[in-house]
Amino acid sequence: MHTAIINLNHPAHYFNFGSFSISAGNLTIIVSMIIIFGIALFLPFPKSHSDKK
Amino acid sequence: MSTSWTARVRKATLESYKPEDLLPDTQPAYVASWIYIFGVLTIAAFVMLFATGLILTLEGPAWWHGSGVGHYFNSMHLWSVELFFVFMVVHLWGKFWMAAWRGKRTATWVSGVIAFMASIITAFTGYLIQTNFDSQWISTEAKDGFNSIGVGAFFNALNTGQAILLHVALLPLLLGGIVVWHIILIRRKGVVPPILNDINIDGGN
Repeated sequence: MHTAIINLNHPAHYFNFGSFSISAGNLTIIVSMIIIFGIALFLPFPKSHSDKK
Repeated sequence: MSTSWTARVRKATLESYKPEDLLPDTQPAYVASWIYIFGVLTIAAFVMLFATGLILTLEGPAWWHGSGVGHYFNSMHLWSVELFFVFMVVHLWGKFWMAAWRGKRTATWVSGVIAFMASIITAFTGYLIQTNFDSQWISTEAKDGFNSIGVGAFFNALNTGQAILLHVALLPLLLGGIVVWHIILIRRKGVVPPILNDINIDGGN
């Protein structure tokens, strides 16, 4: 039997804010996307090889 | 001027697209930013989805549930779709905030929206054909949902055969076609310039 790094064999954990609730998995994905978006905007892009010609 | 449909198709296709526009080897300087790579990352994830899906199709559910290699390709398919949507959403945010529909690029924007919608539908049919308790739960809940909006007679989420044909045959072909259409439109109009740059050039139109 294969064991996962994270045990997913249980009901999802939810965060509840009044009438709004979101699973830990979905919140993790959304926060990750926002972080990736921020990094993509502000991380300097390496110069292309053609610039050196 | 010839009015035959072959001439019209030739002018609208072969004569409208120069080879150097379809397969360019340089891009404008403003493209040198990480935000511009998420479109091609989405395509890379789509290629991985297509390849792993093809292997899952060839081997079948007993293989992907019951063998180590099958688990591996099943997981590759799952993580490819996770990355596919992450990359596509970051691509969407980037294009939204740079108003990428400027410069007569409306069709490019709309084709991207259609690709996004088609991807969601394709992913939903993927949930239905996992052949496990997850897909059993999702399909029965979806059946109630479809019934509640009055379309249960037209689309039955409990029909596994229909879901398999949609997910494996029809929808990937449609999605692939939409993606090709999207890429051709990008190649035709070029990558949208930054907003300030665009205003300086032609007043932002």
